[in-house]
Amino acid sequence: MINRRKMLVLAGATLAAGASLIAWAETDGHPYDTLVEMGYPAPQEGELVHVPPTMADLEAADMKPQAKAVIRRGYDLFTNTQQLRGKNVFNDMNCSSCHLGEGRQPFSAPVWPAAVTLPDFRGKNQHVNNLEERIAGCFAYSMNGTPPAYGSDDMLALSAYHRWLAKGAPVYPDQPIYGRGFPAPERPDELSYANGEQLFVDNCAVCHSEDGSGLYQDGEYVFPATWGDGSNNWGAGIVRTHTAAGFIKNNMPLGQPLSLSDQEAWDIAYYMTRQERPQDPRYTGSVDEVVEKFGPTFHKHSSYGQEREVDGHRLADHANWGEKGDEVEPWNVGVPRFESLDVEE
Amino acid sequence: MTSKRILGGLGLLLGAGLASGQAVAIEGDAERGEAAAGTCVACHQADGGGMNIPGGESWPRLAGLDADYMVKQLHDVKQGSREAPTMMPFVDGLDDQQIADVSAYYSQLPVTDAEGGDVDAEMLARGEQIALRGDWDEYIVSCKSCHGPGNQGVGSTFPGIAGQHAGYIENQLHAWQEGRRANDPQNLMGAIAKRMSDEDISAVAAWLSSQPATDE
Repeated sequence: MINRRKMLVLAGATLAAGASLIAWAETDGHPYDTLVEMGYPAPQEGELVHVPPTMADLEAADMKPQAKAVIRRGYDLFTNTQQLRGKNVFNDMNCSSCHLGEGRQPFSAPVWPAAVTLPDFRGKNQHVNNLEERIAGCFAYSMNGTPPAYGSDDMLALSAYHRWLAKGAPVYPDQPIYGRGFPAPERPDELSYANGEQLFVDNCAVCHSEDGSGLYQDGEYVFPATWGDGSNNWGAGIVRTHTAAGFIKNNMPLGQPLSLSDQEAWDIAYYMTRQERPQDPRYTGSVDEVVEKFGPTFHKHSSYGQEREVDGHRLADHANWGEKGDEVEPWNVGVPRFESLDVEE
Repeated sequence: MTSKRILGGLGLLLGAGLASGQAVAIEGDAERGEAAAGTCVACHQADGGGMNIPGGESWPRLAGLDADYMVKQLHDVKQGSREAPTMMPFVDGLDDQQIADVSAYYSQLPVTDAEGGDVDAEMLARGEQIALRGDWDEYIVSCKSCHGPGNQGVGSTFPGIAGQHAGYIENQLHAWQEGRRANDPQNLMGAIAKRMSDEDISAVAAWLSSQPATDE
């Protein structure tokens, strides 16, 4: 196999740069040239381009066997998060349901950037988060669950896997990161619920089922639920229409990214994010209160609390926590910290 | 059959939502199917085990495959979205009821052993990687993503490919690449097959053939 692992920064021509930084000249072809051929944007000048190492690279790495074992455990948790079902996970998702390619894939919210950009201030919960807290957020919202404790074996393993994927990337990079997040295509003027529904039936239902419940074989998960109790709750990033549109455009249908038009991706996202799912763990008993408190930082981008056009149903106006049930204490997301911190914006 | 989960709590939108493929309405009868399968045994064998023919056109094992999946394939061969010249004369002789019957018959036969997995360890390791984890650097999604746990199939849309003859899997992946087969939902298989190298195809076919078709 060709060793395609490398980190590099596309340096500008004006930057009379050290050769080691500029280029992929030393390699055959650019990293991600397969993606570019498929229609993804090519890395731009000045972007940080990082190709995360694989698990095969881990086996070959000069590291302590104990560290490798913990990273392997992290990989295992990342790709089969269902093993924490009923303990930390209360829906049908795995980390890798949304972070495709084992968390390595550009334009599929690769997870290594978290390891090099945190701790940092996060708008969603209005304080400085470290890597473990960021992972805890995924458990609280996307997994509709209760995060593994800070410093626990599972949390350590997941952080270690993130850190492994970031191997070689600069910490607190100045450059924008190539392929970060789920970049949304330009929002069309009009979004159509009806069109989105038809597109979902035609393009998505074969795997995700018409009722959005995903697909199972003999009780085993195959494809994730796009809404309903098996899916992420109302606090997950992907309930924001633009995030869902970015995910869909860049990753769906599986194996055929960028095959839907921008309008189609947005319409499907609009339809999908206007279905019910478990309540946002920040819910206080009042949808209006959630909208007031978390609208400016989050729900202004989602359909939370809105009236659905087809049936007048007010979205998220319920106290259904899904499988998490009422007995499980929802994790206290967004705990204020450093309240006396004196900063100038 | 596809197992569907019922949403608890929310009670919304429980559409029926199956109905992939056509012609699943006709119920097959395995006993009648056995009689109608007389034309099939020359290649697919009396036990439905097919035959692995290295370098030739391998005949797939039908025993234990999903009935509705086979019904769809037979119709697709008839209609041409799945080109299979050697199958044509036999399929043309079957009406819709007989297609349902032979499919029902083969689906309930016990699974037989597959051949073609006798390759070196390096090739098997590459095959295992593609089957279970894919190769995302080449945007090759793992087989398991769609063919399900153990690659033993999901419902009637995604066939079981574990424990199938390597020669058959290899032929089919090349057929997807070349457009001789284009009967998948949304080109899900075709798109991925086209990104696979000949070596990857041989490797994944060999590894899959070495895996159990069922958990029993």
